Amino acid sequence: MRRRRFRLYGLRSGGINPSGFHPSQIPFYLILAPLVAFMLLPIIFIFSTAFKPLEELFAYPPRFFVVNPTLKNFRDLLSLMSTSDVPVTRYLFNSIVVTLASMVASLFISSAAAYALSKKRFRLKQTLFVVNTIALMFVPIAVTIPRFLIIAKVGLIDSFLIHILPGLAMPVGVFLLKQFMDTVPNEMIEAAQMDGASDLQIYWRIILPMVRPALATIAILTFQATWNNADTSALYINIESLKTFAFYLSTLSATTAGANPVAGQGMAAAAALIMFLPNLLIFIFLQSQVMSTMSHSGLHG
Amino acid sequence: MKAMGNSFRAWLYREGNAYAFLAPYAILFIVFIVVPVIAAVLLSFTYFDTIQFPKFIGLRNYITLLTQDDIFMKYVLPNTVEFAVIVGPGGYMLAFLLAWMLAQLPRLPRTILALILYSPSMTSSVTMAVVWQTLFSGDQNGYLNSYLLSMGLIQEPIQWLQSPQYLMPIMIVVTLWSSMGVGFLAMLAGILDINPELYEAAAIDGMSSRWQEIFYITIPSMKPQMLFGAVMAIVGTFQAGAIGVALSGSNPTPQYAGQLIVNHIEDYGFLRYEMGYAAAISVVLLLMVLFFTRLANRLFRTEEER
Repeated sequence: MRRRRFRLYGLRSGGINPSGFHPSQIPFYLILAPLVAFMLLPIIFIFSTAFKPLEELFAYPPRFFVVNPTLKNFRDLLSLMSTSDVPVTRYLFNSIVVTLASMVASLFISSAAAYALSKKRFRLKQTLFVVNTIALMFVPIAVTIPRFLIIAKVGLIDSFLIHILPGLAMPVGVFLLKQFMDTVPNEMIEAAQMDGASDLQIYWRIILPMVRPALATIAILTFQATWNNADTSALYINIESLKTFAFYLSTLSATTAGANPVAGQGMAAAAALIMFLPNLLIFIFLQSQVMSTMSHSGLHG
Repeated sequence: MKAMGNSFRAWLYREGNAYAFLAPYAILFIVFIVVPVIAAVLLSFTYFDTIQFPKFIGLRNYITLLTQDDIFMKYVLPNTVEFAVIVGPGGYMLAFLLAWMLAQLPRLPRTILALILYSPSMTSSVTMAVVWQTLFSGDQNGYLNSYLLSMGLIQEPIQWLQSPQYLMPIMIVVTLWSSMGVGFLAMLAGILDINPELYEAAAIDGMSSRWQEIFYITIPSMKPQMLFGAVMAIVGTFQAGAIGVALSGSNPTPQYAGQLIVNHIEDYGFLRYEMGYAAAISVVLLLMVLFFTRLANRLFRTEEER
């Protein structure tokens, strides 16, 4: 009862989005704590194992936390050659190039399409937005085979572009950007048109700066989809030096395990950390933008 | 001719820019989404071994799938349903409850906890496989085995990822662990955006329990976000199908215990080169996604759209 009274007097220390601590929050902390701990466990494991020296990886019984952290796993990993003489740094370089190119291209392509769907007037506008919304439920993994046949037909097998192009067709990105652009007042655009601004100028000078949070969100989603993608290298690339780091990680656990499972484990953990860390950092950096985009994520059935 | 040319020019003047902005996305959308879906539907009516030109065989692939594919009926379909029902609605409700509890906390702890809950969904499937394979490793050096052995709960190490009775539960736990993604963030944002005056008004009207608040205020006020979250949950569930193969390291999974519809597609497509048959299974999968999304649509349609 007490909580209600606080709320009525506008002292928002209980209820949704409170401004500070209140005893009524204790049960939520108590329920959340074990769940959060469970979610965190494998993440801590990645960090801990990546820095373990050989004897700790061998240790029986295995210890969860590292005692004498070392960078040896990383040094081993980066100086390693894959079975076909491609240095690990090459995979890493490929991943970085592919991911950056995808992010830049995706920002432009998605926001341009979203601008047309949100602010331009044309006959197919509603229809095309509905098509994009239906495509939100597209499950790429279901059409792996026809996709493969088409990509072979178009001649993109073993092309660097195949890492980038399919990921640019991202319905959820266009959807989130369009919803966010709907909040930009039309009066601003009309005023700019009065001043003789072209579509390109409106898009570049008014729309893009005003939808920065949504752009940040698209950047993150594209980053995660490309950086973590091992399937493209496995399916469409036969040339070892054009494959990505995510793919290398997937082979590391499989191939080195046979020869030397424990040393392989250390390097796999180091590689896993290299895979995971950029995801975490970029999200921490942009999380408030993501949350403000998600406020506009509503889907009307 | 001239009149047509003029009307085309007029159209280009009116709508040309809009299509110019759309074009790059539209082309990629058609090449990588629309055409593959159409190709899947067309191929599903053919026999195609990738060497000879596809031969039209009508509905035979679908009939075989429903009447003669023992593995599909005995393992794949029940597995997929079990996996989807627990991970889909289960993960979705968990995401909502977690988001709702987080919304009751002040900003700083909320942000930190949300970040931790979201972080597993950022780990790629390859990273996940590395981590969980080590934790569930089958020899006595595996973390779970070593822990259970030292507690005296088991006498000898268990081959977690190779034993049919453990593989599916582990797949479900791992998928739930990584399912607090975009949909979870959308629901959290949705809950935080609800006008606090609604709660105040309800409190004055005598609403006294938090459960009432959830069902009469929170969920109805954020239906669009609930629907977005539901679509993301459905897609995520079916997209997560590769997890069994990633964990056990083989397709088919041991005794088909973790075989999901996605693995069945790959089994026929890339291992047996029966592309027509694999395409028919793909179409069934797409129809399942469509069906569940329509169901979610019905649940969360807002009043004015009915």
